[in-house]
Amino acid sequence: MAPHDIRRPFKRAAISDQQKRRELSLLRQAQNRRDAQQQARCLASSILSLQSAAPESQPEQSDIELETVPEAEQESEAFSKDLDVRQASKLRGPEVRKWFARQLMLPEWMIDVPDRLAQDWYVFARPAGKRCFVVSSNGTTVSRQRNGSILHHFPSALPAGAKIRDGSGSAQSYCILDCIFHELDQTYYVIDMVCWNGYSLYDCTAEFRFYWLNSKLEESGACNAPSHYHKFRFSAVPVYNCDQSGLHAAYTGVVPYAKDGLLFYNKHALYQTGNTPLALVWKDENCSQFVIDTDGKGEIPSQQQVVLELQDDRKLVTSDDPPVLFGCLDGDIIEKSGLHTGNLLRFAIGDGGLSFVDGKLEKADLIYLGKSNRARAFADSYSKGFQLKSL
Amino acid sequence: MEVTQVLFNAQSIDGTVRKNAEESLKQFQEQNLPGFLLSLSGELANEEKPIETRKLAGLILKNALDAKEQHRKFELVQRWLLLDATAKSQIKACLLQTLSSPVFDARSTTSQVIAKVAGIELPQKQWPELIGSLLSNVHQIPAHAKQATLETLGYLCEEVSPDVIDQDQVNKILTAVVQGMSASEGNIDVRLAATRALYNALGFAQANFSNDMERDYIMRVVCEATLSPEVRIRQAAFECLVSISSTYYEKLTPYIQDIFNITSKAVREDEEPVALQAIEFWSSICDEEIDILEEYGGEFTGDSDEPCFYFIKKALPALVPMLLETLLKQEEDQDQDEGAWNIAMAGGTCLGLVARTVGDDIVPLVVPFVEENITKPEWRQREAATYAFGSILDGPSPEKLIPLVNVALTFMLSALTKDPNSQVKDTTAWALGRIFEFLLGSAVDLPIITQANCQQIVTVLLQSMKDTPNVAEKACGALYFLAQGYEGEGESSPLTPFFQEIVQSLLTVTHREDVGDSRLRTAAYETLNEVVRCSTIETAPLVLQLVAVIMMELHNTLESQKLSSDEREKQSELQGLLCGCLQVIIQKLGSSETTKYAFMQYADQIMGLFLRVFACRSATVHEEAMLAIGALAYAIGADFAKYMPEFYRYLEMGLQNFEEYQVCAVTVGVVGDISRALEEKIVPYCDGIMTQLLKNLSSNQLHRSVKPPIFSCFGDIALAVEEYFEKYLMWAMSALQSAADLSTHIAGDDELVEYTNSLRNGILEAYSGIFQGFKNSPKTQLLIPYAPHILQFLDGIYMEKDMDDMVMKTAIGVLGDLADTLGNHASSMIQQSVSSKDFLNECLSSEDLLVKESAQWAKLAISRAISV
Repeated sequence: MAPHDIRRPFKRAAISDQQKRRELSLLRQAQNRRDAQQQARCLASSILSLQSAAPESQPEQSDIELETVPEAEQESEAFSKDLDVRQASKLRGPEVRKWFARQLMLPEWMIDVPDRLAQDWYVFARPAGKRCFVVSSNGTTVSRQRNGSILHHFPSALPAGAKIRDGSGSAQSYCILDCIFHELDQTYYVIDMVCWNGYSLYDCTAEFRFYWLNSKLEESGACNAPSHYHKFRFSAVPVYNCDQSGLHAAYTGVVPYAKDGLLFYNKHALYQTGNTPLALVWKDENCSQFVIDTDGKGEIPSQQQVVLELQDDRKLVTSDDPPVLFGCLDGDIIEKSGLHTGNLLRFAIGDGGLSFVDGKLEKADLIYLGKSNRARAFADSYSKGFQLKSL
Repeated sequence: MEVTQVLFNAQSIDGTVRKNAEESLKQFQEQNLPGFLLSLSGELANEEKPIETRKLAGLILKNALDAKEQHRKFELVQRWLLLDATAKSQIKACLLQTLSSPVFDARSTTSQVIAKVAGIELPQKQWPELIGSLLSNVHQIPAHAKQATLETLGYLCEEVSPDVIDQDQVNKILTAVVQGMSASEGNIDVRLAATRALYNALGFAQANFSNDMERDYIMRVVCEATLSPEVRIRQAAFECLVSISSTYYEKLTPYIQDIFNITSKAVREDEEPVALQAIEFWSSICDEEIDILEEYGGEFTGDSDEPCFYFIKKALPALVPMLLETLLKQEEDQDQDEGAWNIAMAGGTCLGLVARTVGDDIVPLVVPFVEENITKPEWRQREAATYAFGSILDGPSPEKLIPLVNVALTFMLSALTKDPNSQVKDTTAWALGRIFEFLLGSAVDLPIITQANCQQIVTVLLQSMKDTPNVAEKACGALYFLAQGYEGEGESSPLTPFFQEIVQSLLTVTHREDVGDSRLRTAAYETLNEVVRCSTIETAPLVLQLVAVIMMELHNTLESQKLSSDEREKQSELQGLLCGCLQVIIQKLGSSETTKYAFMQYADQIMGLFLRVFACRSATVHEEAMLAIGALAYAIGADFAKYMPEFYRYLEMGLQNFEEYQVCAVTVGVVGDISRALEEKIVPYCDGIMTQLLKNLSSNQLHRSVKPPIFSCFGDIALAVEEYFEKYLMWAMSALQSAADLSTHIAGDDELVEYTNSLRNGILEAYSGIFQGFKNSPKTQLLIPYAPHILQFLDGIYMEKDMDDMVMKTAIGVLGDLADTLGNHASSMIQQSVSSKDFLNECLSSEDLLVKESAQWAKLAISRAISV
């Protein structure tokens, strides 16, 4: 038996460049295979059918008649988190609104400072305007507001956003962006990226989504000035780490848009639909012109208002999951006003205000004003009530 | 047949005589195997016969029982097992008898043959008396018989796996071996044979190492043997310690202090072969602790299966000075000798491993040595200091290292050009490469490379590329890592201004007259590749210019005529480097739309060159050219169809290359690239490709690692040609089905589990491609009969609980694809499967995003299939 060779590599890289070439080829092939599969499974066709659904123009009376939630609806609720656009495409009228409302990630009001704010959070100044989903697919782009109504239908430079032959975008690709449309400069400010070029980013951390947003949006040409095939300009917003200088920049920094508070995003949070404590909003008079609600004419109502949902046991709850009980409605009001379960009702906060004990709502002095605007899809969240109180 | 004469002739210097003899031996073997083996074993056993023919008889016997190639080995084993029992027992009796032959060569060959027979028979529960009779030999008086028997036991332990021999026999073997090693054994040959046998037997000693008394005894005997007056015994004993360090790391605590004393004495005083093993012991401990600590790094629980005893950390104050001493024992010109391995090299390598094991703690122990020696007039001291510094750059934190590097950098840059000694320059360039490899792009605020010194670094490295070949090679290596450090820089990299100059210098290196036998040319092209890979969009026009340059180089290699076989090999190697470079360029330019279109103007010419490279050889295809064509197909897309008529035969040739299985694997990958590029335009070539792929699957000569990619490739083709795949469906499905059955019930080592998972992944990718390919086709119902088996397969791998995330992702995706394509035809089947419930839920809550994504797809598809 001969002695065993114990020679080790000396002054040599661990792998040869040839091996690296092989491995990079394999990686590229695996990625291409995944792309091909993904395309086959792609959901773009359903996004398409969704656009023609929901005839927003025709007024509907149905939402008052809407009775208890049907079973099928509950099922779709279960799926809604998974971007089940196929299910959504079958929805009509108020369901469309509810569905879309549920697709957005909604911040809670910031009522305390999260731990590790400086390390784990981003902050940016929220543009004032209409929060909407922008979907580009099959050569056209549609923006829908929180309540599902269409804001614009237009060509854009987003992948698959306009009917131009560029050879690159496959018919299957599509994008979904979480935006705020800023009237003044007619710009869509992209605050989050949900899908890009057929790739879902729902399951990616905010850190990754923002990185992707910044690199891809610019690359696509969507940030260019409007042109024939690109009707509205898109823009990313400057995002900062939540350290002192970042907070300062977001709070006082000059941005090309009117600010409406600060948004805080947890870096590790996935894109979670509905209210989430991993996204927070802060407003005060320095960083928002809308620190308190205004009415349709832009005037400040004499009393602050909340919108709550009526449940079948006459309870009034917020949109949180689980809902927070704000009070009970008298039976006779319900009867007099012909209210139904699920109606959204607007209340003024009376002089008694809201009183909280140990962070829990103890008592709310609510004054019934009437049914909320029917374009509204859901009640306010508990944390809004909390911040109103603290003002 | 007079076998002695034939065996003589088979060693004749006369070629014709030799050839005739070999031919008649071959005929004998084919016509009468038992007779053939019997006469060989008779020859081997016969003390009257000459040594030469006995030795050759043994060798031929051995080769009749074993072969390197798996399929041939399998064949030989089958033939032996089917042999007539009487003949076999006669042969075995001859062999056992020969073990006590006074002729060393006869014994030695015999012990190997016996081990081969044991390797075949013991797993079949045959020859149960073998170990017993060997052990009785050990107590025989003639020392030479004892020596041969111990050697046989050693070979036997190498041949058979530990689970084949029961513990009682293991105990007896170990007792015999350890007794043979002990100091009371007077005969040196016996002690040496026993020590070497122990090396192989250690793998059988799990139970004995768990018993304190037995372990103490074995360890004492091994340690004593390291002090033997015979150098070969000392070396073999240290080999045992090295093996113990990895096999029984967790049992070493009581002995580590003694082992340290023994090894450090050996490193300082013993002969080099012994000292090298002593150093290897510590390198091996480092390997163990690095592995364990990496495991720890992955999770925070702290109670991993394997505890770390921090032997290196504890030995550090004594270990590091010992290793630093070895660095001063360099051989002259060791850097110019590819095969060199000496104590300085082993010590330096070990120092690097120690740095990776302990991190920051090594820095204060090495820095004084560096400072003291780096400016000494004696080159050995400067070289040792530089090597020591270079070896601790991987391990300690950047915070600790960067201040040191910032101080050292200017000195090193100056040494690289001005030191009078070539070995010092070689090591300096290597150490600079390590700085760039491990410390560029780290998150520390202090950058190593600034606008101020970037120019100087590049200038010095380019200048060193004109130095002696070994220094130039290391300078290329340093530049490789410098470029890598700026990968993904976005728009602009600090190297952008130097891009042209760097490329020019590298091309000049490739043309150096003295590039000859060294690795320099390869290093220059590899660096060029990395510079291109890591370049930014700003330099894309320059990369585009490089296409024509490399094409010209490749063209030149095709012009030379009538080459000698040596020249031909050189030409092929250079073509490989150039094709590799083109592959990197194609992949780079193909990855962005703008550069891709600019590159397209060269596509026809490049493809023409690749086809000519293929034509240079008659029977095999060039792997690098094949890889490059895959990248080209991906970049070009459907237009690649125009090259298919000419290219197809090389594709087929690549698929048929079982011998160089890497080439076959690469070609299979290229079939996937082409399928995706051509889509339905690949149909005319599908018959040929599918036939060859199915043939490959059924062959036992093809390396198994190629089979999983072949299955994946089925999926690629099915997705490309859609329902046209119907033609192959039955064959493909039956191949998939039998592979699927094979891959569910497995038990084995990590390597087998890994292979099984890659096989499953390939099978599942095939199913995915087939389902998605048939979607929306009127022929979907053709797939229904296969669904139950596929669901059963999914359930099976879920139950086995040994799949990795990759398989999990593909498997749950297949469930979705099945539901998506078959819809309500499969709804009841799906609902009955475990996969659609437990497995799906497990995937939905997976931490792995790709698994989760696939699971959500599956959930969606199932819910639709069920609801329709």
